[in-house]
Amino acid sequence: MSTALETHDLTVTYDKKPVLYGIDLEIPQGQLVGIIGPNGAGKSTFIKSVMGVLPVTGGWVKVFGEPLAKNITRVGYVPQRGSVDWDFPVTVMDVALQGTYGKLGMFRRVGKKERKIASEALDKVGMLDYAKRQIGNLSGGQQQRVFLARAIAQDCDLYFMDEPFVGVDAATESAIITLLQEMRAKGKTVVVVHHDLQTAPEYFDMLMLLNMRLVAFGPTSEVFTKEILQKTYGGKLTILSEIATEAAKNDLTKTHSKTP
Amino acid sequence: MMFDLIALTLIQKALLAATLLGVMCGVLGTFVVVRRISLVGDAVSHSILPGIVLGFVVSSALGMNRNPWVIFTFATLVGLLSMLTVRQILATTRLKNDAALGIVLSGFFGIGLFLKRSLRPYMESAGGLNDFLFGNLATIAEADLKAIFIVAILIVITVSLLLRPFILISFDVLFAKTLGYPVKLLNLVFYSLLTVTIVVSVQAVGVVLVSAMLIIPASSAFLLTDRKYHMMWIAMGFGAFSGLGGCLIANSFDDVNVPNGATMTLTAAGIFLISYFYAPNHGILAKWSKQRKLERVVRNENALKQLYKSLGDDAALEKSVTLSEFASMNRFSEKEALSRLQSLVKHEYLTVSGKLYKLTSSGLTRAMQLVRNHRLWELYLTNQADYPSDHVHDDAELIEHVLDEATVKQIEAELGFPSEDPHGQPIPKPQPSREHA
Repeated sequence: MSTALETHDLTVTYDKKPVLYGIDLEIPQGQLVGIIGPNGAGKSTFIKSVMGVLPVTGGWVKVFGEPLAKNITRVGYVPQRGSVDWDFPVTVMDVALQGTYGKLGMFRRVGKKERKIASEALDKVGMLDYAKRQIGNLSGGQQQRVFLARAIAQDCDLYFMDEPFVGVDAATESAIITLLQEMRAKGKTVVVVHHDLQTAPEYFDMLMLLNMRLVAFGPTSEVFTKEILQKTYGGKLTILSEIATEAAKNDLTKTHSKTP
Repeated sequence: MMFDLIALTLIQKALLAATLLGVMCGVLGTFVVVRRISLVGDAVSHSILPGIVLGFVVSSALGMNRNPWVIFTFATLVGLLSMLTVRQILATTRLKNDAALGIVLSGFFGIGLFLKRSLRPYMESAGGLNDFLFGNLATIAEADLKAIFIVAILIVITVSLLLRPFILISFDVLFAKTLGYPVKLLNLVFYSLLTVTIVVSVQAVGVVLVSAMLIIPASSAFLLTDRKYHMMWIAMGFGAFSGLGGCLIANSFDDVNVPNGATMTLTAAGIFLISYFYAPNHGILAKWSKQRKLERVVRNENALKQLYKSLGDDAALEKSVTLSEFASMNRFSEKEALSRLQSLVKHEYLTVSGKLYKLTSSGLTRAMQLVRNHRLWELYLTNQADYPSDHVHDDAELIEHVLDEATVKQIEAELGFPSEDPHGQPIPKPQPSREHA
């Protein structure tokens, strides 16, 4: 099986605070992967840095064996629902259409083909009837469905989703999971930041247990064990975090590189 | 040029300039409002003062008195420098946006005031320099108008070319980055256009009021529509109207010198007040009338429910009431009771023959729905949300009027299609009739 995502020694600092250390990872294609770990473990940071939204301090990322820039249209991102202003004057259709922007580029106009793709994507998540509504007039679950429609319209091979199950109703949750399984059936790889330990073993083929460093990664049946969970959730690495923050504040790395 | 500017009178020139400025500010203002960076306009308009002064000095040094292109160039560069300074402060200190903007706004403006005085000997003439502080269109020069015209065309073309990416980075910048869009470059272009717009507008409305022309027409448009494209057209129209109207008003005072900036801002503010009150969905009056309508519905439906209960649940359709019976069962005055009954007749919940009022079948259905909604909601709160059963009545009293049938079905399913509420009262099963709002 070929590899969808590979990271080597991925290290990320955010606002001068180090969040992720030396992540080595190889995610095979066609898997549903859950990222779990306590608050502040760096789950969102991991997918943001892999997507090139946050700068990487060290290490590298490869997508389908190449740097991200080469395969950027094959990778889709679903941000947290709270990251946008839902009063923004766009309709449900406008947001779904944004999924086609990647392949369209910056200047080509949105045409019939794009509208068809977006309509089909909205239909798939049951939001086509709401196409003309402003996005603020939707429930949390409906907003999440719109974000998913945008991702479907992107038609990627690898997706990163940031907490898609937060604040959604039970019907939306099961609709999302059905959708993810359909994606997997088509050979797509989906990496999901997840917060609910109860559903995690049920939803995902593989789990990534994260707490500032990669505690474990593997098939769910192998890594979803009491021992590994305890290691992941058993307190943050307080000393590591403090020392590293201190080091970043004093720009130790710079001092180090200046030393002959 | 497309037409001969020399042939225009001073007033016509002023009107044309004001309209063009209104259009430009309207277009970019919509982005400023939806990106929630309204303070940036103020910061830039104040910060460009040193650039304007330098523009005057360099114009003089080049042997041209007050060349608009030289002035615009220096002002734009200084404006961009001020934005970079804000960014630098944010990146290197713990200060937040408001403080950084405040420091840069006042700091740059202070430098400008200082230079304005100290560099006076190096300017051939400082005539018109004060216009940049307070705004003046009456003396607008031929060259200024040409410059404004060209800048306006440039801005409209650039924005229409980059409209889709501009909207995307305003709505969801993370997503735009993951598509590989050059977000930094797009932002640089956007802030450059914004700075240029502010620079050319300043001489018309002055440093202080330029942000009004950016923010007010766009805000009025935001209350009127939910589409970004429409918002831009409306804001352009409002901007042009404010510019033109304000200029005409200022010119209509013969004996006193009324500043254009003030009248343009006031015109824009007048439009804002109108949309604040009358906007069809987001206006105050629309919200108020929606609220009143709901209150009326609640009052009517409560009376209907009362009637249904007092007629006895089963044979309610056979029986009838008189006005005074209805008044006493609701503890209404006769006048209140009459208006309630008439309203229920109007909604076809009741029929009236002589002095007797009878429930119609749709009235019966609605009444049963209300009672069902009330009891279902009480049950839901007690069983699913663990409310104590003596706390649920007041909440149900409100919810019963707004529960739609889809939600009712969901609740019924979740509760296992119950037949009694927490107080042991039966939950009626109304026959579906026509939809009720």
